[in-house]
Amino acid sequence: MRPPYRARNRLFYPQVVVTAMAVDASAPSAAPDPSAYLEVQQSPEFAGLRKALRRFAFPMTAAFLVWYALYVILSGYARGFMNTKLFGNVNVALVFGLLQFLTTFLIAWRYVAYADRNLDPVATRLRERLESGTASAAPRQRDAADTASGTREAAEGAAMLAEEGDVR
Amino acid sequence: MNPVLAAGSAVSARTLTITLFVIFVIITLGITVWASRQTRSATDFYAGGRSFSGFQNGMAIGGDYMSAASFLGIAGIIALAGYDGFLYSIGFLVAWLVALLLIAELMRNSGKYTMADVLAFRMRQAPVRTAASISTVVVSIFYLLAQMVGAGSLVALLLGIKEGQTFLGMSPETAKVATIILVGALMIVYVVIGGMKGTTYVQIVKAFMLMLGAILMTLLVLVAYKFNLSSLLGDAAAKSGKGAAFLEPGLKYGKDVAGNPTATLVSKLDLISLGLALVLGTAGLPHVLIRFYTVPNAKAARHSVVWAIGIIGVFYLMTLALGFGAAALVGSKAIAGQDPGGNTAAPQLAQALGIKYLGGGTGGAILLAVIAAVAFATILAVVAGLTLASSSSLSHDIYANVVKRGQASERQEVVVARAAAFVIGAIAILLAVFARGLNVAFLVAVAFAIAASANLPAILFSLFWRNFNTRGAVWGIYGGLAASVLVVLLSPICWGGASSSLPAAKLTAAQAQKCGVPATSRQVNNPTALFSCTTAAPIPFQNPGLISIPIGFVVAALGAATSKERNPEKYAELEVRSLTGAGAH
Repeated sequence: MRPPYRARNRLFYPQVVVTAMAVDASAPSAAPDPSAYLEVQQSPEFAGLRKALRRFAFPMTAAFLVWYALYVILSGYARGFMNTKLFGNVNVALVFGLLQFLTTFLIAWRYVAYADRNLDPVATRLRERLESGTASAAPRQRDAADTASGTREAAEGAAMLAEEGDVR
Repeated sequence: MNPVLAAGSAVSARTLTITLFVIFVIITLGITVWASRQTRSATDFYAGGRSFSGFQNGMAIGGDYMSAASFLGIAGIIALAGYDGFLYSIGFLVAWLVALLLIAELMRNSGKYTMADVLAFRMRQAPVRTAASISTVVVSIFYLLAQMVGAGSLVALLLGIKEGQTFLGMSPETAKVATIILVGALMIVYVVIGGMKGTTYVQIVKAFMLMLGAILMTLLVLVAYKFNLSSLLGDAAAKSGKGAAFLEPGLKYGKDVAGNPTATLVSKLDLISLGLALVLGTAGLPHVLIRFYTVPNAKAARHSVVWAIGIIGVFYLMTLALGFGAAALVGSKAIAGQDPGGNTAAPQLAQALGIKYLGGGTGGAILLAVIAAVAFATILAVVAGLTLASSSSLSHDIYANVVKRGQASERQEVVVARAAAFVIGAIAILLAVFARGLNVAFLVAVAFAIAASANLPAILFSLFWRNFNTRGAVWGIYGGLAASVLVVLLSPICWGGASSSLPAAKLTAAQAQKCGVPATSRQVNNPTALFSCTTAAPIPFQNPGLISIPIGFVVAALGAATSKERNPEKYAELEVRSLTGAGAH
């Protein structure tokens, strides 16, 4: 399954190929056009994706930070409460600490379920659209020329574009 | 000196420890050589070809993250100070939610090899990459120093070499230096030859060993108490000599100083400061961040963090059994007698459990040897990860993107990265040899504080704040870095004098002599201070986080607000790429 141009896999080329194969083996792969990013960013679908991520991640981050801060502050200031024995030698402080573990596991598990269901499908759709070039209403001249001269060259051109973007 | 260690057959345990450790080294070197054959491109060297699965990377993250400080250190703190050690376990785990919810996937999608790839994505390359690289190297070197000096101190303890004895003709002091050099040389070999692939496999093997060792010991402790947590706790409290307070917060952190409200307040704020640095530091540690690049996509990055949370969480839960088990079965006195910091609590517990369940002295020697070998493997895997993070940054950020302005070839980059690993390793060895007599355990907490103060604000603002820019990133990184280091330089870590907010400590004869004061002196708060025992620290906190983390965020925001630089096109690209994975490397 590995693409033959392994030495170049530092570029994003192999992933383009993998994506293209997953959708349609004959689909021409091209770099997302820089101007296409602005267009996608303004699109309602992307706004929905951004909102879906932030709707989960931001309140959840605030919640677990407050929950953790509560634990630390109670450890410092509410000794009487923390030292209350619940059963045997097990006190509130220990149970509170174990609850921090439990909530961490629960949040991680909930997030994976949420992201797999609500984030990945939209992200994949937007990525495929960007990488197949249909996001941009008017594909630029250079991309068209690259596509015409064959998939491999197109990918290389695309990769170079991406590189330029990186080291600018 | 120590009845428990002396009781076992110390010499055969030593031979066994060394044999097991040599086997670990041979296996990992074999993997490293194999990995080097698979390492052709820069992506292979920096990111292991992005070919690891979520589970593999989750294990490797565990291997990268669970340092000797967590394995030996936390078990030791719990064994000596009881409940307060658990605070570390909780902070080190909860911190992973920051990485999971806010950073791992976005970073995987938009970056390439280093932390700076994301920070500099929409900024001017040279200033941001330089700042990020300096911060990466400082955090990594601090962390490295703590691990390597720790390895040096551990070798004498774990191999049972006592003052006046020799081992292979070496005095304990020479053995210490030899260990630091050996650990340093091995980590250089792993990184230079194996790159990220080799390092990752070393970390995976280590994570397996560490988990197996911890699970075995936890089970034996639980068997000893018939799976009754309450009776384990009760026994630990009784044997600690501190009674019920051993199971309650406040023996070590956030102490109530009777009749001194200022000192009480300082101690509680210091506790909060530590808690803050622990929970916010993880997501800014460069050696952790670059692990997200070793998987093929964001989904795998997410799954690797969840695996890591599972593995790390189970491990830190077991530190409770190890720490309280050591207090109950070995006794706090025997542990403190071996090492006042408690770092040998886990190995001593292993020996006690072996004697009890695995057939007397031989069993004790075997289990001790296994756990000691695990401890060395633990240190090796972590230092290799740290060396890789700093050499990657020096090569990819400074050499390829600042010096060569992006014109370096892949080949040149990898050559420079390997050379950088050599140089960083050599510097770390030298520093560790010079610092071997100092108490440098605090450096881990300082590394977390710097990561939280310098790196985290810049990363979060970069990913989520439209108007963030070059000045914001540069000010944030340098500001957070300078604030953390300055606070430490003005803290009781460096200046040990007593003052109104820093109560005098009881001194042992040796400490009093070292400080040049009579043993009854009320002048000293921290006898292990680096610069002076009698000058009081201007800033009374041991942990800089409470001061330096807000400074990092505020300075980053101020820098961004006072600069007119905006780049909506690049921000659109960063935002779309980070969320969708389009054009990901």
